[in-house]
Amino acid sequence: MRFMVLVPGSPESEAGEMPGTELLEAMTKYNEELVKAGVMLAGDGLHPTSKGARVRFEGGERTVIDGPFTEAKEIVAGYWVWEVASRDEAIEWLKRAPFDGGVEIELRQIFEDDDFGDELTPELRDAQDRMRAQTGQR
Amino acid sequence: MTASATHSAIDAVWRIESARLIAGLTRIVRDVSVAEDLAQDALVAALEQWPESGIPDNPAAWLMATAKRRGIDALRRRVALERKRELIGRELEILEQLDQPDLAAQVDDVEDDVLRLVFMTCHPVLSREARVALTLRLLGGLSTPEIARAFLVGEGTVAQRIVRAKRTLGEARVPFEVPGRDELADRLPAVLEVVYLIFNEGYAATAGEHWTRPALCRDALRLGRILAGLMPREPEVHGLLALMELQASRLRARVGPHGEPVRLADQDRARWDRLLVQRGLAALERAEQRGGALGPYTLQAAIAACHARARSVETTDWPRIVALYDALAALTGSPVVELNRAVAVAMAFGPEAGLELVDGLAGDPALRGYHLLPSVRGDLLARLGCPDEAREAFVRAADLCDNDRERELLLSRALQCEHTPDTESGI
Repeated sequence: MRFMVLVPGSPESEAGEMPGTELLEAMTKYNEELVKAGVMLAGDGLHPTSKGARVRFEGGERTVIDGPFTEAKEIVAGYWVWEVASRDEAIEWLKRAPFDGGVEIELRQIFEDDDFGDELTPELRDAQDRMRAQTGQR
Repeated sequence: MTASATHSAIDAVWRIESARLIAGLTRIVRDVSVAEDLAQDALVAALEQWPESGIPDNPAAWLMATAKRRGIDALRRRVALERKRELIGRELEILEQLDQPDLAAQVDDVEDDVLRLVFMTCHPVLSREARVALTLRLLGGLSTPEIARAFLVGEGTVAQRIVRAKRTLGEARVPFEVPGRDELADRLPAVLEVVYLIFNEGYAATAGEHWTRPALCRDALRLGRILAGLMPREPEVHGLLALMELQASRLRARVGPHGEPVRLADQDRARWDRLLVQRGLAALERAEQRGGALGPYTLQAAIAACHARARSVETTDWPRIVALYDALAALTGSPVVELNRAVAVAMAFGPEAGLELVDGLAGDPALRGYHLLPSVRGDLLARLGCPDEAREAFVRAADLCDNDRERELLLSRALQCEHTPDTESGI
C-alpha cells in the first residue's frame, strides 16, 4: 500500500531559506535509507507559497488568490510517496526521520483501486482513470 | 499501546530489519542457518518483551544485541554439555565470533552484508526453486506460509526446501562474500533471474485461478529496488528494475472486471500507473547511461518503454520494437523471444510477415507445448481473415494453457472466430 507523508511548512521554509548543512545531511542519509530499502517511490520539496496561488470556488465564480499564505502550519512544504506493507511499517519508517522541535508530520494512505469497493462502478473508475491520465498523474 | 498493536508494530520492524539482521549475523557466525535461528530468537524475545517495555528507540540495535546474547547463552550451555564428548570445535568458533564487543556498532554498516546474503541465497549450487524460496524468506522477510501461498505449494514443501537449501549452502561451504569483478558477470544473472522469477509468477501466474498476484510483484519490485541501491553501477540491475516497474505499471489494466486477462492491445492505457511508468523510464535511462552493449533485461525494458510512451497500439513505434527484439534474439537465441519478435513484425509490417515467422518457429522443440505459439498464430490468422484456422489455433492454445483465466480468454477468442471474424483485432 502507498502512503503520502506530508511535511508542513515553517517560517524558514516560507522565507525560502534552505535547511542547514547538518539537517540537509541527515535528510539525505534518511532519503538514501528509504531508497535502499525499496520504500521511497517519490518525494519532493515545494517552493514557498509566495510562488504559489490558490483558486477559490464560489458558485460559477473563480477567484485567484496569490501567495504567500499566512498559516504556516496549514502549508505543505514537501512530501514523500512510500510503498510499504502496512500502516505500521510507514509509521516505523517515519519515526526514523530526522525531524525535531515539536513538528508533527502527517501520514496518509493513498487510495488504490481496491479501497473503493463497490462504491466505484467500472464506469466511474474508467472516467477517473482517464482524468488521471490526462492530468499526467498516476 | 495494546498487545495486538504492538505485535503489528513488531511485524513492521521485522519487515524492515530482518534481512539486515540475518545478514549481519551471518557475517559473524558464518552460517546462515544459525544466523536465521538467532534472528528468530530475537524476534520471539521482542514479541515477549516489547508489549511490556514498549518498542525501543533503536529496534535494530536491540534485535542485534538480543540475538547475540541469546546465541552466546545457548552456545555456552551446549559447550558445557558437550565438553566431555569433544564435539565442540565449531560451537567454540561461533561463540568466539559472537563474543566480539564491537558488533552493535556494525549494525549501521550492514549493507555490504545484505549484498553478500543476496549472492548466497541466489548461489548456483541451489536449485531455482530453492533460491526463490530462500531469497523471499531471508531477504524479503516473508514467512514460510506466505511463500507457500504465493507459489501455491504446501507449507511443508516450502519449509523442507528452505531447510535443504541452507544445508546445501553449508555442505558446499559457500562463502559469505560478494563475487569479485571477474566472477560478478557470471554470478549476477542468477541473482537477477531469481527476482524476475518472483515478479513473473505474480505478473502472469503460471497456474491457479487468478491471472495476476500483485503482492508477489510488489515483493519482487522491492527486492529489485533494494538491489539497485546496493549495486548502482551494474546496468542490468537498473535494466531489470526498469522492466519490472514498467510491467507493474500495467498490472491494474491487465485484469478485467471479472478477473479475466486483458491483452496489451485492449488495455485502457489511462489505467496504467503513471508513477511506476516514470520510475521505469528513469531506471531505464540509468541502465542505458552506464554505456556498453545493452543486456537482456535492459533490452526488454526498452521494449516495454516503447509501449509505455505510446498513447495507443497504432502510434506505438513497432519498427523500433522489432529492432530491439533483433538485438534481444541475437543475445539470447531464445525461441520465445523470436515469437515475440514475430508479433512485433506483424504489427510493423503486416500479419502476413508475422505469420511467416511464426510458422517457421512451429517446429522448434522448445516451443512444443507453449500455448502462446498457437495463440499468436490464431491472432494473425484472424487478422488475415481465416476464421476457421484461427479458431483451431485458439482451441489448441487453450488446451495447452494451465492458467484458468487465460484459458477462458483463449476459448472466448475461439468462439469469436465462429461468429464474427474480427479482422481489426490487435495482438
